[in-house]
Amino acid sequence: MSMLSMRDIKRRIRAIKNIQQITRAMKMVAAAKLRRSQGQLLSSRPYFQKLEEVIGRLASAPEARNLPLIAEREVKRVGYVVITSDRGLAGPYNSNIIRVAEAALLQEHRDRSMVLIGKKGWQFFRRYPFELLEVVTDIGDEPTLLQAREISSKLVEFFLKKRVDEIQLVYMHFISALRHMPKVDQFLPIIPAPLPERVREREYLYEPEPLKVLEYLLPRYCEMRIYQALLEAKASEHAARMMAMENASKNAEEMIDQLTLSFNKARQAAITKEILEVVTGAEALKWQGQI
Amino acid sequence: MASLILEVITPLKKVLEEEVESVVVPASEGYMGVLPRHFPALALLRPGVLTYRPVGGALERMAISGGFVEVGPRKVLVLADAAEMPGEIDVERARRAMERARERLRRPHPGIDIERARLALERAKARLKVAETR
Repeated sequence: MSMLSMRDIKRRIRAIKNIQQITRAMKMVAAAKLRRSQGQLLSSRPYFQKLEEVIGRLASAPEARNLPLIAEREVKRVGYVVITSDRGLAGPYNSNIIRVAEAALLQEHRDRSMVLIGKKGWQFFRRYPFELLEVVTDIGDEPTLLQAREISSKLVEFFLKKRVDEIQLVYMHFISALRHMPKVDQFLPIIPAPLPERVREREYLYEPEPLKVLEYLLPRYCEMRIYQALLEAKASEHAARMMAMENASKNAEEMIDQLTLSFNKARQAAITKEILEVVTGAEALKWQGQI
Repeated sequence: MASLILEVITPLKKVLEEEVESVVVPASEGYMGVLPRHFPALALLRPGVLTYRPVGGALERMAISGGFVEVGPRKVLVLADAAEMPGEIDVERARRAMERARERLRRPHPGIDIERARLALERAKARLKVAETR
């Protein structure tokens, strides 16, 4: 560092300031997107929870266990759906998901297939020898219900056509802007939510009959689960990017401080040197006069 | 006077929460009227018009595109795939959708999903009917 000239130091400070401006801007953008994702997540929850509750109630009937989306069968092949982001610069977001997914896949003793959502997961897992059933990229900043519906119907088809006998979902569970955790959830066959204790077995009038209602609701429920997972993953991604850019801006600040210090030292050294030269010159003249 | 809470939610948002005197929903096997203290019921909905009367008010309408309804003694909870109030409906779009669906049903190609076209037609009709009431 001390070898740098004052001009070099100035140039570096300018360059880092430019980078800092970019990271600050990216942080602001991520924060705005996070707010929207959180809003989306929050407003979809009441619908999802009610659907989950109704399905839990309907599926508690013994004959529901035989419905194709609920019935368990011997598992020869497991499908892993891994949700990552398309873009990087999100701190440890993708590597955390990939680490958990990789561990789950390597521990799996049955045959494995993969469905990859997001470019980052694809870039990592394409070199693995697992069968790739589907790759979905470019989900965008705000996942839509339509996207979830398309993904869900493909997954349901893989399951019903017995290309896989079980599907696990690996995604980032969003807890708060500061906390998210990778999660592995069984997607199919559906494990109905247990009935809450306080719900007494109320008698209901069904139209049409309960099993028909359940059959209609199950695919909806699958769509909503994918939608929720996409929303949670996206909110976590924005939050992770926001934090990463915050750290980058702080680091830039530190570097600028250090370089400014070096710059001042270099300036001081130059001044000292100049004074020294003047003094030496004057001394020399004095000596000449004496001769 | 007894009243009900009507709540309409979609996957995207809560559309309505209001105290009402009565509700009529487009259930899968015909329109179903609900008054306070109705027997608990769970019914599938088809695309159609949901009508309700706010306490002391005039009838209001809303277009619903399928979903289901849960009726409790004091509450009607509608989980709709989509729900639109009269002011939110794009009449032009609904009209085009209706034409398209009619065309498909009139001349069904082998590749066409008749059930889907029929549902699309019902959705468009419900939207137009609701838009008219304004």
